[in-house]
Amino acid sequence: MTVSSNDLSPVTQSAVARFLDSDIVYSFKQSKVTIVAAIVTLLMMGGAFFAPWITPQNPFDLATLDLMESLMPPVWMEGGEARFPLGTDGQGRDIFSVILYGSRLSLMVGFGSIILAGSVGISLGILAGYVGGRTDAIIMRIADVQLTFPSILIALLIDGTVHSLFPQLIREDSAFWVLVLSIGMSFWVQYARTVRGSTLVERNKEYVQAARVIGVSTFTIMVRHILPNVLGPVLVITTINLALAIILEATLSFLGVGIPPTQPSLGTLIRIGNDFLFSGEWWITFFPGAALATLALSVNLLGDWLRDALNPKLR
Amino acid sequence: MSLLTIRGLRVEYPGRKSDFTAVREIDLTVERGEIVGLVGESGAGKSTIGSAIMGLLDLPGRITEGEILLEGERIDNLDSHQMRKIRGNKISMIFQDPLTSLNPLYTIEKQLMETIQQHKGLSDKKARREAIDLLESVGIADAENRISLYPHQFSGGMRQRVVIALALCSDPDLIIADEPTTALDVSIQATILELIKKLTRERNVGVILITHDMGVIAETTSRVAVMYRSRIVETGTTDQILGAPNHEYTKSLISAVPRADVKLVRFPMVNYIESAEEEYKTIDLSTHWLGKGREDLGTAAIKDGEKLVELNDLGMDFITRHSIFPGRRQYFTAVKNVNFDIRQGEVFGLVGESGSGKSTVARIIAGLYKPSGGNVMFAGQDITSMSNHEARQAVHRQIQMIFQDPYSSLNPRMRVRDVVAEPIRHHKLASTPREAMQIVDDLLEQVGLGAEAGSKFPHEFSGGQRQRISIARALATRPTFLICDEPTSALDVSIQAQVLNLLKDLQESLNLTILFISHDLPVIRQMCDRVAVMRNGELCEISETRKLFEQPVHEHTRELMRLMPNMDHLSHEGLQIQT
Repeated sequence: MTVSSNDLSPVTQSAVARFLDSDIVYSFKQSKVTIVAAIVTLLMMGGAFFAPWITPQNPFDLATLDLMESLMPPVWMEGGEARFPLGTDGQGRDIFSVILYGSRLSLMVGFGSIILAGSVGISLGILAGYVGGRTDAIIMRIADVQLTFPSILIALLIDGTVHSLFPQLIREDSAFWVLVLSIGMSFWVQYARTVRGSTLVERNKEYVQAARVIGVSTFTIMVRHILPNVLGPVLVITTINLALAIILEATLSFLGVGIPPTQPSLGTLIRIGNDFLFSGEWWITFFPGAALATLALSVNLLGDWLRDALNPKLR
Repeated sequence: MSLLTIRGLRVEYPGRKSDFTAVREIDLTVERGEIVGLVGESGAGKSTIGSAIMGLLDLPGRITEGEILLEGERIDNLDSHQMRKIRGNKISMIFQDPLTSLNPLYTIEKQLMETIQQHKGLSDKKARREAIDLLESVGIADAENRISLYPHQFSGGMRQRVVIALALCSDPDLIIADEPTTALDVSIQATILELIKKLTRERNVGVILITHDMGVIAETTSRVAVMYRSRIVETGTTDQILGAPNHEYTKSLISAVPRADVKLVRFPMVNYIESAEEEYKTIDLSTHWLGKGREDLGTAAIKDGEKLVELNDLGMDFITRHSIFPGRRQYFTAVKNVNFDIRQGEVFGLVGESGSGKSTVARIIAGLYKPSGGNVMFAGQDITSMSNHEARQAVHRQIQMIFQDPYSSLNPRMRVRDVVAEPIRHHKLASTPREAMQIVDDLLEQVGLGAEAGSKFPHEFSGGQRQRISIARALATRPTFLICDEPTSALDVSIQAQVLNLLKDLQESLNLTILFISHDLPVIRQMCDRVAVMRNGELCEISETRKLFEQPVHEHTRELMRLMPNMDHLSHEGLQIQT
């Protein structure tokens, strides 16, 4: 029994007004945690995007670095300076600036690998689900095999293979793309499985058969009819996977196979700081760690909310 | 004192913007030993009354006014613990879908015994004895052995009997049956209704039968309450309501019920439903785009009454067990050796129960399945073994299909305009995008939706309106042959009447040939010129519609006729009967 049948909403409402009136926006406004998570995510993404304009120091510009200013504590501790609100690291880089630049890299790796994983996974998932038979069996067995390896192992494997195949690659330039490839390739299975499941449901619906009766080709049916209808769950796993990809990037960088220290990402920063942890300079590793945790948590919370909001059974 | 009395009942669902009133001002009584029908179209609030009596309203729904009395005692204000006792011991419920109302993981024995022991505290042995007796009383033969089976080992009708046995476990005084036969075939429906009648008599219980089906009402109930938009508009004996209704809504509802005894010129206009038949500009189809350009494939050369479609020894096997060795594969034969032909300009009916293979035949003709034997000739060409892409596309244009489920037959992510325009664009039938849009607008006008419907999405329409969109899409390729697979079986009767009228009008003005598939004999009678009856994948009988209904030859056809609910005493007020 729908409530909306009672509503007398005017037909002339604009698209924006309709959106603001929709159930999704309503459930967003109802959940305080989600609002906070959204604000935090936006702040961090905004900070990362506008890093060159808002940071007090460009940590990659060697000319601005001064070794005399290395290992300074945060501003509220003895010996701290207002120029370096969160203190400096061993090379005199401002931690606050480095974090913003670092999350920029982390987010880029995250989005890049999600786009890769999504395109590969969605295409293979629709293909497997719609065509079925042998194609389905082959694609899904590959996915099963891949699932038996932990994603970090696959990422390490790809990273190692790429570097041994192309030894002339300069690590600084290629590290970003190798990370995107390795994280992307370890996440596609989840997309493929989800999309295949939804495709199996959609392909039996009568609108697909109607398109076949019209004579529409298989490819067009997959793109125009099936694809838009399987994207709902994809949106949800994308938000959750974004957080996972950022964490995986940090893990790989922490292990030393990710982004090199000259252009540190959040994970690299944590690893650098790790060396100073026992000599008392805790801020070098703590603040990047806190930033990573906050980012991952708020993106995850958004994903959780989206899953609930899009699931009609929980409404 | 009545068994059940409802006075001034009002149920509301608080919503985000406003409260939704599901039912209001409901007054109803049920005596012991009688079956009271609660009839109305979807959304009228029938099931809400059932749930309110059971105390099982979906949250956040609640009773805001009125009272419900069982044997003089109020039950609408009990707490959940007391209500659970009433629900088990005094009131039981039979649900619509026998597939989901039994737990597939437990045997029938376990489910019955659990309920019996819960309510009566009998020992295992006595409870088992009682369970077997119950199964026998609902007509399950060899209950002694079959009690230890799982639900999936029973057929749909047998499962519904088990559900009824389960409802009887606690010796209830009142049974609420919510669409108990809607998911079942006519032959099973008849026996289940017979069973409910018999049990009502023998056990002296009161039954509320919730249904949308006038045939079920005519067969079983002694009194009827008619619901319309959350109110009961009329209550009376079944004979009075069906034969001489007073309220305008009841009159229009009765007049929309398809009947098997007479053929109507068309269904009367029903003015009590959604305003689908508003005046839209009518188009002279003979000069319009839609009426022209249907000549290729030589279909124009075929005169009325000559063969357009021929089925020769058509057969279809579905694989049920896969194996790389052909010898170990197992097949299910859905269609075997079906031969018939459809003549230009006629409406050919195909009737049968579920699993009779009628939909499979339709899908083979539409090109969705490749037959495993025989062929289909369309306008003199074998269309089942065509390899040429161009020729296949040309055939796809001539044959279109309207599907059963209005909720899944339209892509929810496409605007109605794009849904209808897809075939035109695909076959490049319009010379400019502007012309295509003009055709789409005309089509939407023609099916009674209006051109402005094009900018909306399918979910903004009701079931009947969506079926009109499907019809518009099917007509967009300018087909000569239309396959309608149960086009109205998911719709309410009054909406069904409108859609059937529309199909008739289009068939006449465009001179379409139609294959009309249905399980509903009265609908077939109203729509078709000739009928084929199918059973278990084989053809039983082909005959002129009138002859089939007056003198059925094949045994199975006669059986179907006999099981059809008897609606002879339905009011004939306001009908145009064809002689």
